[in-house]
Amino acid sequence: MAVNQLSIFVENKEGKLVTITDSIANANVDIRAMSVADTQDFGIFRLIVTDPQKAKSALESSGCFVSITKVVGISIPDEPGSLAKIVNILARHNINIEYMYAFITVSKKYASVVLRVADNDLAEQILVENGVRLLEEKDIVNM
Amino acid sequence: MQKKYFHPEIETMPVEEIKKIQDQKLVKQVRYVYDNVKYYRDLMDEKGVTPEDIKSTDDLYKLPFLKKDDLREAYPYGLLATDLHNCVRIQSTSGTTGKRVVAFYTQNDVDLWEDCCARALTAAGADNKDVCQVCYGYGLFTGGAGLHGGSHKVGCLTLPMSSGNTDRQIQFMMDLDSTILCCTPSYAAYIGETLREKGYKPEDNKLKAGIFGAEPWTEEMRRDIEKSLGIKAYDIYGLTEISGPGVAFECEEQSGMHINEDHFLAEIIDPETGEVLPLGSKGELVFTSLDKEAFPLLRYRTRDICILTREKCSCGRTLLKMTKPLGRSDDMMIIRGVNVFPSQIEAVLLNNGYAPNYQIIVDRVNNTDTFDINVEMKDEDFSDSPKGITAKEKDLQNAMKAMLGINPKIHLVAPKSIARSEGKAVRVIDNRKRLGINI
Repeated sequence: MAVNQLSIFVENKEGKLVTITDSIANANVDIRAMSVADTQDFGIFRLIVTDPQKAKSALESSGCFVSITKVVGISIPDEPGSLAKIVNILARHNINIEYMYAFITVSKKYASVVLRVADNDLAEQILVENGVRLLEEKDIVNM
Repeated sequence: MQKKYFHPEIETMPVEEIKKIQDQKLVKQVRYVYDNVKYYRDLMDEKGVTPEDIKSTDDLYKLPFLKKDDLREAYPYGLLATDLHNCVRIQSTSGTTGKRVVAFYTQNDVDLWEDCCARALTAAGADNKDVCQVCYGYGLFTGGAGLHGGSHKVGCLTLPMSSGNTDRQIQFMMDLDSTILCCTPSYAAYIGETLREKGYKPEDNKLKAGIFGAEPWTEEMRRDIEKSLGIKAYDIYGLTEISGPGVAFECEEQSGMHINEDHFLAEIIDPETGEVLPLGSKGELVFTSLDKEAFPLLRYRTRDICILTREKCSCGRTLLKMTKPLGRSDDMMIIRGVNVFPSQIEAVLLNNGYAPNYQIIVDRVNNTDTFDINVEMKDEDFSDSPKGITAKEKDLQNAMKAMLGINPKIHLVAPKSIARSEGKAVRVIDNRKRLGINI
């Protein structure tokens, strides 16, 4: 089921981010969510986009170093305690979250959460068993 | 009985007699090259030297040098001295520093080369009761072919493993009781480490000696390898241009390598002026091959900096000795008081599976040298998390520290992001020069 995330290597140098955002814009791909992991030397720019393959090709042709990572995407009610519930489910099943980030879409009733775990299939199975709705690629496009 | 020398009469020959042989061979070889290699004939004509001017090795200095650039310019057949139909083999350099260089061999050339490797193996204690595991790469690289041939000549049971697949190397080593190991020193260190991780003690294997070369290594690495494998580690020197491994080899004294000078005439020159320096001086090593038929290079500048000595060796060999190369003539840096050569950095990168595309940045901050190396990461090094990358940087940094003795800061950068220029790449950016610091 998992959702595709673009991971882009960004050296901490002037203009690097411009190249990335420009190539995605020129490819006419919409960015749904983003997060950045950074160190002193470089950052990793993580994106959920409407067309990961198209964005990847566009980025690569402008010289960017990109990989596609499978991540778990879920849709949860946008209300207090909602995220806590998810985190508790995963903790109970000893699933570590390497990183996560969330975004809200125009509907405002639901929030989307992207989770990076070691075993996507296992995490998805447990979440589904607990009544959590998973996101698919088409959900990302139709948001 | 265990043979001490492969060719006792040559290896222990009185120095005057070796010189006599060299004198005769050189006169003949210069005539042969002049008649058959237009490229070198032109160089001699340009310098105004004729074959008649070379009456003994004392006249060697009159001959023009050959440099790596000449080999590239003459690529592929320009320095070939015989009809291709007489050749049976091609080998090639690794091509890490530019265009590849190819060398040709007749059957006699191959035999001579393998004999040199057999001398090295015998000096390391090998005989027909040994199982010789060759894990140098087989193929264009001379490492595998050279030691393989030498092992046959000695009569060892030869295990032609080639490089890589460490689990299989270890399985064969343990199951088939390998006694001699031939590979690069960094791979020997890696095998030792893997054995330890698998729970083996140094005495669990049957290895007694190893012949390690093809890259720079330190005495510290030697001690580590000897300890982890429970063996005696021997150095070997060679270059494809001259034949391959076995141009010089270490004996049990482990204090420099004996040059097979009945085949290869060695000189030390000042790399700046080209002037020949006396024995004991530090300078650039130059080789003249005395017997080669297909690819007979005269006065080939190796760019390796070393010292030649002729002292009585406890092993009984009279052959000239060379120190381990102390670096390359064209690119030594002094960082925090330590001599650092890009060739060492290249070796570490290659051994760790990285492309030798890197940039060294040296600077001085608060009166201390900073030393950074940018290295292009491998595709598989990158996923979505910085953790993996920083761990790889740390691994590479440790490998560099082991080789260089000082700690660089490694920065993994995106593949193909380091500029590739035509010709000689700018590998070193020394900002201390810009600051006008005398280094």
